[in-house]
Amino acid sequence: MTKNETAIFEKQAAPILSGLGETREVPGWFRDQQRAAWKQFESLPQPTRKDQAWRFANVGLLDLSPFKYGGTLTEKERVTILEQSHGLEEVAGRMIFAGDELIERDVISDQLKKRGVVFQSLERAMVEHADLFRKHFMSQPAKLGSAKFASLHQALVSSGTFLYVPRGVEIELPIEIFHWLNGENASAFPHLLLVTDELAKVTVIEHFRSVNEHVPGFACGVNDLVAGPGAKVTYVCAQNWADNVVALQMNSTTVDHDASAMSLNLHLGSRYSRFESLSRLIGEGGRSDLLAVAMAKHEQEFDARTLQDHVSPHTASDLLYKNALDDRARTIFGGLIRVEPHAHFTDAYQKVRNLLLSDDAEANSMPGLEILADNVRCTHGATSGQIDEDELFYLRTRGIPVPVAQRLIVAGFLDEVVQRLDHPVISEHLHRMIEEKFAKNRGNLLKRAR
Amino acid sequence: MKTETSAVDIDRNKGDFFYPEAHVRDAGAGLSERTVHYISDVKEDPDWVREFRLRGLKTFLEKPLPTHWASKDLEAIDFDKIRYYLSPGTEAKRSWDEVPDDIKRTFERLGIPEQERKFLAGVEAQFDSEAVYSNIKKAVGEQGVIFVGSTEGLKNYPEIFRKWFGKVIPIADNKFSALNSAVFSGGSFIYVPPGVKVKHPLQAYFRINAENFGQFERTLIIADEGSEVTYMEGCTAPKFNTPTLHSAVVELVALKGAKIQYITVQNWASNVFNLVTKRGLAQENAEVKWIDCNIGSRLTMKYPSVIMKGRKARGEVLSIALANDGQHQDTGAKMIHAADETTSNIISKSISIGKGRATYRGLVHVPKHLKNCKNNTECDALLINATSRTDTYPAITVRGTGNAVQHEASVSQVSTDQIFYMQQRGLTEAQAMSLSVNGFVNDLVRQFPMEYSVELKRLIELEMEGSVG
Repeated sequence: MTKNETAIFEKQAAPILSGLGETREVPGWFRDQQRAAWKQFESLPQPTRKDQAWRFANVGLLDLSPFKYGGTLTEKERVTILEQSHGLEEVAGRMIFAGDELIERDVISDQLKKRGVVFQSLERAMVEHADLFRKHFMSQPAKLGSAKFASLHQALVSSGTFLYVPRGVEIELPIEIFHWLNGENASAFPHLLLVTDELAKVTVIEHFRSVNEHVPGFACGVNDLVAGPGAKVTYVCAQNWADNVVALQMNSTTVDHDASAMSLNLHLGSRYSRFESLSRLIGEGGRSDLLAVAMAKHEQEFDARTLQDHVSPHTASDLLYKNALDDRARTIFGGLIRVEPHAHFTDAYQKVRNLLLSDDAEANSMPGLEILADNVRCTHGATSGQIDEDELFYLRTRGIPVPVAQRLIVAGFLDEVVQRLDHPVISEHLHRMIEEKFAKNRGNLLKRAR
Repeated sequence: MKTETSAVDIDRNKGDFFYPEAHVRDAGAGLSERTVHYISDVKEDPDWVREFRLRGLKTFLEKPLPTHWASKDLEAIDFDKIRYYLSPGTEAKRSWDEVPDDIKRTFERLGIPEQERKFLAGVEAQFDSEAVYSNIKKAVGEQGVIFVGSTEGLKNYPEIFRKWFGKVIPIADNKFSALNSAVFSGGSFIYVPPGVKVKHPLQAYFRINAENFGQFERTLIIADEGSEVTYMEGCTAPKFNTPTLHSAVVELVALKGAKIQYITVQNWASNVFNLVTKRGLAQENAEVKWIDCNIGSRLTMKYPSVIMKGRKARGEVLSIALANDGQHQDTGAKMIHAADETTSNIISKSISIGKGRATYRGLVHVPKHLKNCKNNTECDALLINATSRTDTYPAITVRGTGNAVQHEASVSQVSTDQIFYMQQRGLTEAQAMSLSVNGFVNDLVRQFPMEYSVELKRLIELEMEGSVG
């Protein structure tokens, strides 16, 4: 056996639906939670389109029977993954996961460690920081429709990232996390537990990628993001799974008083990707910005569900989701601003914009409001349209050929969201990813221009 | 402005009275095949109508309540306690003098006959299950306009009405359209011949007078090519101790180039369940416009729809909802674009007072390969008290390029600066609030026929009483 074929880890691959296998050593209380979660997963019904939370969604794609849990990773594969795991140039720390195994970790600086920052794997955190872990791990209910899949995640999650930023610590450079799906019908259960204390500041970017193009796979992730009082948390998701992957991601953000949380989700890959974002504003002066950009083509379906939950008075939230749709792609936006009783002086905004580039693309928008307090300012808007002929004409009069002009207009449309991030390095990175997807798509735009 | 000029008096207190029942025909409480046969026998339905009713009953029993998205309050309806058919057992009268005195008194208190003399082209008044009075101005009748009750329409003009009856809203559209199909009685059947423009509005007035009673009127309006008609309906019921059910089906057919305007001022007592299905079909160049004001009822679920089936068809819904304590106005609109160059417009304004809840539920659908379709939706909600609630649930599907759809909604409170300014000028807080609310709906109300806008303003003032201070 050559070194390249040595297995880095070897686990019996079993179908997801066969239930809880033997995983690595975890504390008994966690194991109990997992058993309960599995029962919950089994007892909850499979979603149907009649469920309001799954309206318009292609629920037929949620057949989990082909997908396997566990598997083997060879040294050669590991090397390939590490080579391809390039994102940002400078980071404060980095973790790379293949399936559910942590295969490499660039630790944070000693200085940060000294100031109390904890950056470690989830399974270590449940032993070493059990109190924090138990307080925040999946503490928010999966309210947006995927309770069944959140239970599945909880039952099968075996690794992930734990990041704790103590009071007053600001981490300037981003923390970077990679999740790779490796092999046919492979599955992953990514998890990020991010807890910030008072006045802390951190930026995290997660990359979701596949080793093999075109092979089916399944990802089911949960993130718990906790912004403590006055903290500033920025979370970026760069989703670029292979085009046959079915992915579900459930993120919940808790924003304490005077804290601000910003999230940006970029969706480029997968066959079906559902992204649930719950943002709970629990303290006065809290602010949450929810951003998303999707470039959908072929048969892709992006299904975004959001809840801006204003629990406390004097809170603000602002959502901007933009979709560009080509070929037979579909997008769904189901968003809700909820202002709980007594959450006065809420200022909430929600906007979804769809740019349709082909006659078979379909955009579904369900922007919703539930307002139970009266002293509020809430607005939402949804638009669906196509490239403005005048804009196109203007660019053509400047000698720019139609396909290039179209590309520029679409890029400009999506870029507005990316620029809101106020983090030039990450914005630039996301911008490049969008450009790459365009490059792949150019054939179609040319065809249509004729 | 004096209230006598109003088309329909919607002062809630004015409707809150009732007369002793003297029904000759009574289908009893509960719903079964026997009930349906009883209604069919009384009405001497043709066989196909009887079969239609039985199919409706079957579908109604099979379908579940839509509680996965709708208010759980629907479960409070006890279908076994409801009386499905009540009538005095007489034909509708053509002359006001022939109407029995007690019923006449009811409608006179509500101001119906005077209104007819003033400006209506025709009027029909329904008391529980049957029309008690129906008249159409001679000049309008001579133009070939048919304005009759549903029973008479199906019996005497099957060649006109059967073609469209149950076609715009099929039996199985929803549980309550199925229920209506099984036990429908009353409502208006209107046919406007090609090119005829009915100058004055046709009107129907609905009244529930008996406790535990369900009113299930059915209205079908066909505007033939190039014709125009405006229809207005108003409704009241006294407040009984047990809830009452009103579940109508209204179908509108606007053939090529026709225009139909349908105006509703709903002021049921605050324990009426008002579950109504309303849909219009607009052929080429035709226009269907719903003006929908919901002031009364305990729970209203009503989403007037337009299917734009022909090129350049237009659909419009203007909606005002006012939800006070104990009320849930679950209203909205549906716009189904099914041809090129179709345009639709939805403007909805709601006001929630006290513990009231106003919900906007909308659907805009632009399917594949259509060109130059446009939709504009605007929903504005105003919240008066800290306990008031408002929701907005639109669903918009757009396929393909070449169409433009936009939706906007806002929720706000009456501006304290405005109130302060008006108080400074000597208005009380309540007066200022009322003025402010009227200003909020003003641009919409201005589009209504004058008689209605005056009445609505007055009604809003009434509802605002005691909401502040």
